[in-house]
This record gives sequence, C-alpha cells and structure tokens, in this order.
Amino acid sequence: MSDDATGSVTAEKGLVGAAQSVASFDEDAPGPIRRIQSFLHSYPTAIPFIVLIVAIVVFSIAAGSKFFAPFNLSLVLQQVTIIGVLGMAQTLIILTAGIDLSVGAIMILSSIVMGRLSVVAGVPVEISFVLGICTGILCGLINGLLVALVKLPPFIVTLGTWSIYGAMVIFISQSETIRSQDIAAIAPMLQWMGARVALGGGAILTIGSMVMILIAVSLWYILNRTAFGRHIYATGDDPEAARLAGINTTWTLIGVYTLAGFICALASWVLIGRVGAVSPLGSQTANLDSITAVVIGGTSLFGGRGSIVGTLLGALIVGMFRNGLALAGVDVLWQEFAVGALIIIAVTTDQWIRKISA
Amino acid sequence: MTLDQTIAGLTATPIAGPQPILSATGLQKRYGKVVALDNADFDLMPGEILAVIGDNGAGKTSLIKALCGAMIPDAGVIKLDGSPVHFKSPMEARLAGIETVYQNLALSPALSIADNMFLGREMRKSGPLGNIFRLLDRSTMNRLAREKLSELGLLTIQNINQSVETLSGGQRQGVAVARAAAFGSKVVIMDEPTAALGVKESRRVLELMLDVKRRGLPIVLISHNMPHVFEVADRIHIHRLGKRIAVIRPQDYSMSDAVAIMTGALAPPGQVEAAQ
Repeated sequence: MSDDATGSVTAEKGLVGAAQSVASFDEDAPGPIRRIQSFLHSYPTAIPFIVLIVAIVVFSIAAGSKFFAPFNLSLVLQQVTIIGVLGMAQTLIILTAGIDLSVGAIMILSSIVMGRLSVVAGVPVEISFVLGICTGILCGLINGLLVALVKLPPFIVTLGTWSIYGAMVIFISQSETIRSQDIAAIAPMLQWMGARVALGGGAILTIGSMVMILIAVSLWYILNRTAFGRHIYATGDDPEAARLAGINTTWTLIGVYTLAGFICALASWVLIGRVGAVSPLGSQTANLDSITAVVIGGTSLFGGRGSIVGTLLGALIVGMFRNGLALAGVDVLWQEFAVGALIIIAVTTDQWIRKISA
Repeated sequence: MTLDQTIAGLTATPIAGPQPILSATGLQKRYGKVVALDNADFDLMPGEILAVIGDNGAGKTSLIKALCGAMIPDAGVIKLDGSPVHFKSPMEARLAGIETVYQNLALSPALSIADNMFLGREMRKSGPLGNIFRLLDRSTMNRLAREKLSELGLLTIQNINQSVETLSGGQRQGVAVARAAAFGSKVVIMDEPTAALGVKESRRVLELMLDVKRRGLPIVLISHNMPHVFEVADRIHIHRLGKRIAVIRPQDYSMSDAVAIMTGALAPPGQVEAAQ
C-alpha cells in the first residue's frame, strides 16, 4: 500500500516538473493554406469583399464601359436595395441559427396595409403608414413567440406564417393592385423612398438606397456595440451556454424576430418607393433572394457567425452578377446558374473555415 | 499510520475560521419515486477547496444544482454567510456571489475572450451613450478581462479579442475559471473541470484552482478524478445514496479508502467530521 502511495507521489512530482513547459502552446509553423483559413476565420467578410472586387473587374472587362459606369453601378445599387434590406432582417434571424421564410410575405403585407388603408379606405396616410409598420412588427412578434415560447423550429414556424401572412395579403388586397398614380395623388408619402438624388457622372441614388445604408449602420451598431447584439451571437452560437452564462435567450429570440419584422416593414416602404404601385404579388422570390444574400455574404446558417456588412456585399454580388452577365449578353438562365454556384461555393467555404476550431 | 504520510504535504492546512460560508442542512429532493436528496447536509468553510465525490446517481449533481440555484429543493435550508437564501435561478445565486463553472463551460465559441468573460453582464458606457444608445464600454471590459487573466497567469493568451474557439481546451477552461473568479465574490463551484482535458492541461487547471484559493475564494470541486481531488482538496465531502455520509481529510485516508467509502465497500468513519 505504502509502496503504491510512494509511487504515486513520485509520479505527481514528475508531473509538477513537466507543468512548466506546458503553459506555452507550441504551434507548428502554419502552411499557406492554413494561414488563409485562419485569416478568413478572423475576417469572414473578406471573402464576399474579394468576390465583389473580382466581379467588378471581370465584368468591366467583359461588358466594357457599359458596366463600369456611374449610372449602371448606381442602378445595381437601386436594384439590390429591397433584397439588401430584407437580407439584413434575415441576417439577424440566421445569426440565431434560425431561418425566416416569411420576410417577403411580411413586406408585402405591410405594403398592402399602408396602400389599402390610405388609398382605398381613406385613412390619413400618416396613420396608414404607422399601422403598416405595426403590422410588420406584429408579424415578427408572432414568429418570435412561436419560436421562443412554443419552441417550434423556425423553419416550420415561418413556413406556416408565410402562408398565413400570404393569405392575409389576398384577403386585405382583394387581389387588387393599387395603381401608382392613385398613390401619388392620395398618399405621396408612401413613394418617398423612390425619390432620386442625382450624383455626379450620371449616378443616381434613391432615398431607399440611403435608408438601406442607414439601416445597415444601425444594425451594425446594435450587433457589435450593444449587449443585445452580443446576446444574438451567443444565442445562435450555443443556446445552452448562453443561457447558463445568464442570457435570457427567450427574450433575445423574441426581440430578434420582432426587430426583423420591423425591418421588413421598412422594406415595404422602400418597395412602394421603387415599384410605385402596391401589388399583392412577388413575395416568393424575395424570401429566397434574401437568404441568398445572407449566405453569399458569409453568414453561417448554423448561427453565431456573420455580419451585416457581409449581407450587403452578398446582395451587391448577386446584383452585379445579374447586371454584368446581362450586359455581357449572357442568357438569363446562366445568371441563375451563376447565383446557384455562388451559394454552394459560399456555404462550402463557410464549412471549411469553421473547421479551424476542430 | 503509513496512510497519513502517503499524501501528506500535498495539501494546505485545513479548516480555519469559525463559520461555514455556504452551508446546507436537511436538503430533500424527489423526482417522482426517485429520491435524489435525502436529508443531505453540506458545509463549505472560508478559503478552502472542498471536493464533492460520489458514485453516479449518488445525488451530488442534485446537491450542486440546489447550491447554485439550478434546482429548488423540496425541503431544507441553505445558508450563505450565515443567513438563509432561496435561489430560484442560477442568476440569483450569481447575484449573491456564487459563480459556477459548468462542465460544458458555458462559453460562446465564436465570441471573443473579453465578450465571453462579460457575457450576460456587459458594462455600458456612462451617460446618455450608455443609457439611451446602450453603448458597451469595450475598453473597460477589455482592460478588466486582461487584468483578471493576468492575475491568474493566463496571459499566454495573446489577444483578448481572439475568439474562444481558437483556444485549446485548457485555455478555454482558464477563461471560464477567470470569469468565475472575477465575478464570484463568495464561492466558486467547479463541475468536473479536468474531465475533458489532457494530463498537461489538467495540471494547469489544478494550479489555477490553487491560485483562486490563494486569493481567498473558496471552491467546491466536483470531480471523479481521485488524484486531482486528493491533490488540491482540503476536505472531501463523500456523497452516497442522496446524503453526505462522510467528510474526510485527504491526509487521513488513501484514495482507495475514499472510493471504498463512496461505493459502500467500507463503512464511513464513526462520526462525520463536521466543520467547526
């Protein structure tokens, strides 16, 4: 017995000696690929940024001055504004490891409420506008309550509410489009977002594009400079760990879905400004396009990783590809092909980067 | 008395101070017909490392959950600093000064070290920037995080803003311990801190625990690893069948004796060596 014990004492002493060299973590000299991986891990927005630059260079060569002109580039910005705004709402949700299939439906529903109340029902436009915004917030809140309190998978919740909000769109709109002239006459405020500001060299900026930038800055601030933003990342990263660390993950989720609903409502304002009219159609592609922008922007579908800037870049990349390929005379089907390939490459890269921790 | 000498010298002088800082008497908890806690008692003295050992299903997890607020016992009294407390959530226990290092560490891998240390209790700037715009006080949090890590000799971690997932298992444990030590004003509870670690990293964590103890914070250590328990613990609380059946000093018993008491192969010492 005592022999055993003495043995264990010497073993312990041996370990104590060994401990000194332990605190330093020897690192093998990383190879170039490993270094790229670790760089991208630290700066995930670098990928969409590089892709965007490459796209601009390639299309400038392929499509010539038609592409790289201030007018055309500002046109791309206008074209991506709605998807950019919806994509930012989607980013918040995906950061919590969720997904929102109802963003397009919420946007359309809000725009219908604004248009219908002000133009058809004769409610003052300010009140209609506020009610439209509240509709978006309420839709988001419902999604959030179902996800956080009833604890249903976000995919299922928003698949359901997508249909429900879509049905409300048809119910309220009576499947009628409100004409642009009527809105301009009765509720011009709803078209403010379409107002244009001419910059030098033929570039035109809409108020909607500026609002998109403003929303991006605000969300960047919330995500990176407030506790709520940190909690969004932590909740998506590892909900159990977040809860044990003292974060109220239930309120964080409800807050995120509600905020996303609010941003979708703002997107509806931008939408009316861009289209002019209020139409009950068009939410189907908006949902998937917003997810595309988020994924190409480098935000991980597994949650906890990603950024608002990435999503804006992602939306711009999709816009550049569509615009550039069209100007280069490539068939629409190859535009879709290119976007699809981008999605798959983006997700593959994300998987590869995440392996660094393993 | 060869047994006494076997492990002597590895532990510090035990039991000083008049009153237990954290104590529990007569804790009961049932889950249906299963009795998880059957009149369990518990005492933690100021400045000591108390190991809690017990076989699987002995109820030590229930005991710890009751102490850190994760579970509410059916009956019994828990006292912190002599006054009764009733924790309804881990948050309440934390506010009272009891910090827990969970086995899964409760760290968020994608967030930075500093973010993780202040997760759930972020500091805001003073004035309207903080009150209205909820602006985080990053510089202060980074400074405090760096201070806490250096106090525990953990600043081999180069960059306070690097994400936790780039750290090794031992370094992560270090961050979790530093967080607990930074915010725990009364007690730190550590659940299996070395279970997932290699030999070298375990050693580093044991040193960390002794560091924390030296700074005056008592530690409750839940562990299955007898060599680790016998190395750092001042007293060992042995849990069996839902209650405390013995408290021993590591220098009085061998590891195999402790395991024998824990499993019921050896009768517990005549009277529980109560803390006084």
